[in-house]
Amino acid sequence: MTSNDMHQDALVRIADLSFAYDSDASSRKVLDGINMTIPRGKVVAIMGGSGCGKTTLLRLIGGQLQPSHGAVTVDGQVVHEMDDTRLYALRRRMGMLFQFGALFTDMSVFDNIAFPMREHTNLPEELVRDLVLMKLHAVGLRGAAQLMPSELSGGMARRVALARAVALDPMLIMYDEPFAGLDPISLGVVGQLIRRLTDALGASSIVVTHDVLASLKIVDYIYFVSEGRIVAEGTAEEMIHSDIPFVKQFIHAEADGPVPFHYPAMDYREELFGSL
Amino acid sequence: MTASPANFFRGLGHRVNNGIWHLGFASRFFLAILMHSGMAFRRFHLTIREIYSTGVMSLIVILVSGLFVGMVLGLQGYDTLQRYGSSEALGVLVALSLVRELGPVIAGLLFASRAGSAITAEIGLMKATEQLSAMEMMAVNPIARVVAPRFWGGVISMPLLAALFSAMGIFGGYLVGVLLIGVDEGSFWSQMQASVDFREDIVNGVIKSFVFGILVSLIAVFEGYDSEPTAEGVSSATTRTVVTSSLVILFADFILTALMFRG
Amino acid sequence: MTRTTLDLWVGFFVSMGILALIFLALKVGNLGGSNLSEPYQLTARFDNVGSLKVRAPVKSSGVVVGRVGAISFDMATYEAQVTLNIDGRYQFPTDTFPKILTSGLLGEQYIGLAVGGDEKMLHGGDTISKTQSAIVIEELIGQFLFNKASEGGTQ
Repeated sequence: MTSNDMHQDALVRIADLSFAYDSDASSRKVLDGINMTIPRGKVVAIMGGSGCGKTTLLRLIGGQLQPSHGAVTVDGQVVHEMDDTRLYALRRRMGMLFQFGALFTDMSVFDNIAFPMREHTNLPEELVRDLVLMKLHAVGLRGAAQLMPSELSGGMARRVALARAVALDPMLIMYDEPFAGLDPISLGVVGQLIRRLTDALGASSIVVTHDVLASLKIVDYIYFVSEGRIVAEGTAEEMIHSDIPFVKQFIHAEADGPVPFHYPAMDYREELFGSL
Repeated sequence: MTASPANFFRGLGHRVNNGIWHLGFASRFFLAILMHSGMAFRRFHLTIREIYSTGVMSLIVILVSGLFVGMVLGLQGYDTLQRYGSSEALGVLVALSLVRELGPVIAGLLFASRAGSAITAEIGLMKATEQLSAMEMMAVNPIARVVAPRFWGGVISMPLLAALFSAMGIFGGYLVGVLLIGVDEGSFWSQMQASVDFREDIVNGVIKSFVFGILVSLIAVFEGYDSEPTAEGVSSATTRTVVTSSLVILFADFILTALMFRG
Repeated sequence: MTRTTLDLWVGFFVSMGILALIFLALKVGNLGGSNLSEPYQLTARFDNVGSLKVRAPVKSSGVVVGRVGAISFDMATYEAQVTLNIDGRYQFPTDTFPKILTSGLLGEQYIGLAVGGDEKMLHGGDTISKTQSAIVIEELIGQFLFNKASEGGTQ
C-alpha cells in the first residue's frame, strides 16, 4: 500500500500533537509534533524504546489525557473537545487491551467479558451468555469461562482481556504492549488473534509494542517514535530494509547506535581517577 | 544545610500547601462521589455487597470488643461507685459512657482499621493493576461503579455497628455488674432508664456514629483512589487511612461533644 | 458467594443493627416510659425551682402521673413558671399542693403533688400559685447557723 492509501478513509487522524505533563515551558515534552493516520481495517504498529511516549499516545486517543497542542480526531470528531457524554459514547466503540490484561480480579472470566455488555446494553442474560461464549471461543478459551483471573496464566489472561476488548465489536482496538512477557507460543497466538479479529470486525488496530519479530508478521504499517517525535514510518517491508540509523538499530537489535548504550555520565577516566 | 531556618519554614510552608491542596482535592472528590451516587442506589446490589464486606465482616470484632469494653466498664465503674455508696448507678455509668462516647468512637476506630484499610487496599490495588483505567476506557465511570458503593456501604454500616457495640457493652456491664458482682438488677435498669434520655444521649450518639461513618468512608476511598500505583504506594495509603481516620474521629468527637453536650 | 446468600447476611446484619437501636431506645433510654395518654397542662409558680429539669417526673403518692414540660421565668411576678403535663387519666383537686422534692439524698429533683380535699378539679390551663419551692442547701445552712446563734443568745 502507498501513503495515499493511508490518508484516504482514515479512522484516526493525529495532527501536530504535542504533550507534556506539566504546562510550563521548561518541562520535557513527552510527544512533540506528532502526525499520524490510522486507516480503517488496518493494523498499525507504533514502535519505539521504553518511555518514549507510546502509551501516552494511546491515552490521548482514548481521551484520558488532554493534549498540550494539536488534536486527535477519531471518526471525524475531535477527542479533547468532547463533553463527557460524547466521550463515553465514543469509548463504547473502542476497545483497549491493557498491558498484563487489567482484568477485574473480583469477577470470573465470564463476568469480565460480560461486563461491557451488561453495562452498556439491555440484552437479556441468555443473549449475553451466548455472546460471551462466542468471544471466548474466538480466543480459544471457551472452557475457561468459570475460572477466576488469579487462576490464569499470563498468556491466558491476555487472551481474556482481548476477548473483553472486542466484546462490543469496536471500530478501534488499541493494544498496549500485547506481547510483553509472553512465551513464544502465546506470542504467536496473540499476534494471530490481533490480525484475525481486525479483519473479522473490519476494525482498525493500533498496536503499541517494541516486539519487532512478532509484530512484523502481522502489521500493515509502522510508525517509529523516538524522544517524542516520529523518526520513520512505512510498511513492514520498507522498515526491514530501511537505512535510517534508529530503525536499523531497533530492527536489528543493536546494542549501541542512535539510542546510546551509556546513560549520560561523566568521562569514565575522570570519574575513576579524577579525585586522585 | 545552608540557611537552615529558611529551609525549615520553606519545608513547613510546602507541607501546609500540600495539605491544603490535598484537602481541596478530597472535597472535590467528595462532591464527585455525591454526584455519581445514582448507580450505587439504582443498582443497590452493588452497595449491598459492600455493606457485607464492611459491616457483616466487622460484626465479630465489634461484638466481642463491645462485650469486653462493657465488662471493663462494669468492673471499673463498680469499684469507683461503691466507694461513694452509689453502686446502683452502675447502669447509668455504663449506659451513658457507651451510648454517648465509647460506642461511636471505639466502633469508629475499629471500623477504620478493619473495613477502612480493606477498602483503601482494594481500590489502591485496582488502580495499580490498571483496572480503574480499563473501566474508564470501557466508558464506565469508576467513581460511580467502584467508589460510591463502597462509600455508601460504609456510611450505612457505621451507625449499625456503633449501636451493636453499645448494646453489647451494656449487656457486658450487666453481666459483670448484676450477675457477677451482685448489683441490684432492678436499680441497674431503672436508674439507667431514668437517666439516659432518648433525644439527648441516644440520638446524639447515632448522629456521631453517622458523622464518623461519612468521615472514615470518605478517607478510605480517597486514599485508595489517590494512592501511588505501586506496592509501596498502596501500603502507605492503607496506613494513612487508619492513622488519618483515627485522628479525625477523635477530633470530630471533641467538636460534636462540645456542640451537643454543653449541658 | 451467591447474591442470595449475600442478601441474607446483609439483611441479618441490618436487622440486628436496627434491633440494637430499638433496644437502646426502649430498654436503655426513657422513650418507652414517657407515654402520657391525653395529657393536659397545668402551670405552677415557684420561688425557686432548684435543679429541677425539663422531663423530670411529676409524682403523686410516689407514682409518676406526669412530666415537667417547660420551665420559664415570669418577668411580671419575678417567679419561676413550670408547665406540668399531667396524664389525662388523673384528675387533681384545686387545692393540690405541688412541692419540689429530691429523690434520695443527693438525687434528681422531681415534683410531688400533695392532694387536698376540694371537690372541684383542676382543668387544663389552670395555674397553681400555692407551692413549695426547692430546698437550697445554703439557705438551710444559713438558717441552721442563725438558729444556733439565736439559741446561744437566749442562754
